[in-house]
Amino acid sequence: MKQTNVIKAEGLTKMFGDFTAVNAITFEVKKGEIFGFLGANGAGKTTAMKMLIGILTPTSGNAQVANFDVYTNPDNIKKNIGYMSQKFALYDDLTVKENITFFGGIYGLSREQIKEKRCQLVEELGLKDVVNELVSSLPLGWKQKLAFSVALLHEPKIIFLDEPTGGVDPITRRQFWEMIYKTAHNGTTVFVTTHYMDEAEYCDRVSIMVDGKIEALDSPKKLKEHFKAASINDVFLKLARG
Amino acid sequence: MKRFIGFIKKEFYHIFRDRRSLFILFGMPIAQIMLFGFAITNEINNVDIAILDKSKGATTQEIINKITSSKYFSNKQLIENEAEIEAVFKKGKVKAVLILENDFSKNLIKENNATVQIITDATDPNTANTISNYTSSILHNYQQEVNKDIQIAYQIIPQTKMVYNPELKSVFMFVPGVMTIILMLVSAMMTSISITREKELGTMEILLVSPLKPFQVIIGKVFPYIFLSIINAVVIVLLSIFIFKMPVEGSLFLLGFESVLFIINALSLGILISTISETQQTAMMISLMGLMLPVILLSGFIFPITSMPVPLQVISNIIPAKWFIIILKGIMLKGVGIALVWKETMILLGMTVFFIGLSIKKYKIRLE
Repeated sequence: MKQTNVIKAEGLTKMFGDFTAVNAITFEVKKGEIFGFLGANGAGKTTAMKMLIGILTPTSGNAQVANFDVYTNPDNIKKNIGYMSQKFALYDDLTVKENITFFGGIYGLSREQIKEKRCQLVEELGLKDVVNELVSSLPLGWKQKLAFSVALLHEPKIIFLDEPTGGVDPITRRQFWEMIYKTAHNGTTVFVTTHYMDEAEYCDRVSIMVDGKIEALDSPKKLKEHFKAASINDVFLKLARG
Repeated sequence: MKRFIGFIKKEFYHIFRDRRSLFILFGMPIAQIMLFGFAITNEINNVDIAILDKSKGATTQEIINKITSSKYFSNKQLIENEAEIEAVFKKGKVKAVLILENDFSKNLIKENNATVQIITDATDPNTANTISNYTSSILHNYQQEVNKDIQIAYQIIPQTKMVYNPELKSVFMFVPGVMTIILMLVSAMMTSISITREKELGTMEILLVSPLKPFQVIIGKVFPYIFLSIINAVVIVLLSIFIFKMPVEGSLFLLGFESVLFIINALSLGILISTISETQQTAMMISLMGLMLPVILLSGFIFPITSMPVPLQVISNIIPAKWFIIILKGIMLKGVGIALVWKETMILLGMTVFFIGLSIKKYKIRLE
């Protein structure tokens, strides 16, 4: 396997009974890339992602994440990836500081590392005044940024973002994408699912899933050329309508 | 290990920052034990009684004195005729009326036969029953005192002795029950709620994606509740010993062991509930309806199992609380050792293993 590919899936399939949620998807993600994983609700995005992050066993096919196999080595995958769900799940009844300490702790960071990371993170996000406030008192946009930073605490090779901008205002979304760029620039691969088609334009490459299959995969520019569409939104509509 | 400590710490933050769970954890046990210990009682003390003495002789006066001087009755009220009986009952305070017939002493001496009529207010059947028993036995005592010099051809004297709780204190019966309810509530309900809470918030997913193993997550979630349940058990036992003078005849070590076994049993039920419910409300409803009601109604805590219809008696066997109450009563009141409660212990152990196995299976299915 080439060093530059951090995610490699080959014919990855997941069946729930008779229903094929993910149908033999094949793709590769390069190191430092922002990879957009697009699809309508129910197209199989989340299921595919769950197989890659090691909490769902595939029915068939192969996949390696950070050079570890999803069947034999999910534990090592978990150590090398970060994950942020669409709920920006943090503990509301814990303070910003306690959340950072807890999540740093479960990834095995030492007390000194956690302290260092915390100071850095609080500085960058401008959370200095609220570090001892409960997370429940923070606005949604701050929670989202905090959740993202917390998912990056252990410096994962790949970060998986499951619809990370749901319910957030456009300005915050914009700022959030700046954070994503910065992260990718530092060498972390970003794997992001979204159904905001305008966000797809920010990705290096996007894949579009329809009914469990990847129907298109390329850079936004090439996809638009190929489908003769003005935007990714149009590409998506063409694909979804068949 | 350090991860585990961090996890536990987080769990305690959740518990101590939520007033509701704090109240359930620490307020409830004390409130319940006090309530059951002081307010809810089967004993009858200081019952108001009315007396209609038609003969007004020396003998009847003696009987009246005898009755009113017992601790069961007080505030005797003398009434003059039958018409007043209805009125005193309706006022509600008087629970029993004693009617001594005309020419009581004369009948007693001439015909060796005199009647006392006891009328009780049976709106509360238990109280009525107990009052009539108390009164009969006082009368019986009096009769024996009077007759002690007279030879009667033959006589059967029942000598009753109540063992293990000679004073028939109802608190002795309630303590094991309350302890069972509270351990069940704290262990099963609180854990199932706290696990489903993580599911609802989406943090469970984050934990499962982290390097923590699923079983570590679950152990981390339940550990604080094991700890708090043990504290609760200790508080209940201390309260019952020092406030209600409840004896612990058997070994404290065995009591502790059985309590921990029951706590683990309840925790595994809690985990099982959390695997089948998606929201905190569901978890709470299942815990309350599925666990609390059977514990209160079918465990033999309040209603004796032997007087239940057969189908209910059969059902009561699958309720862990039934076996724990038997064990608790055995150890605390009778002072029995493991030799006499091993069967119940094995049943509890078997149930625990079964519940844990089932929740592991359910949990795995969910992960798939």
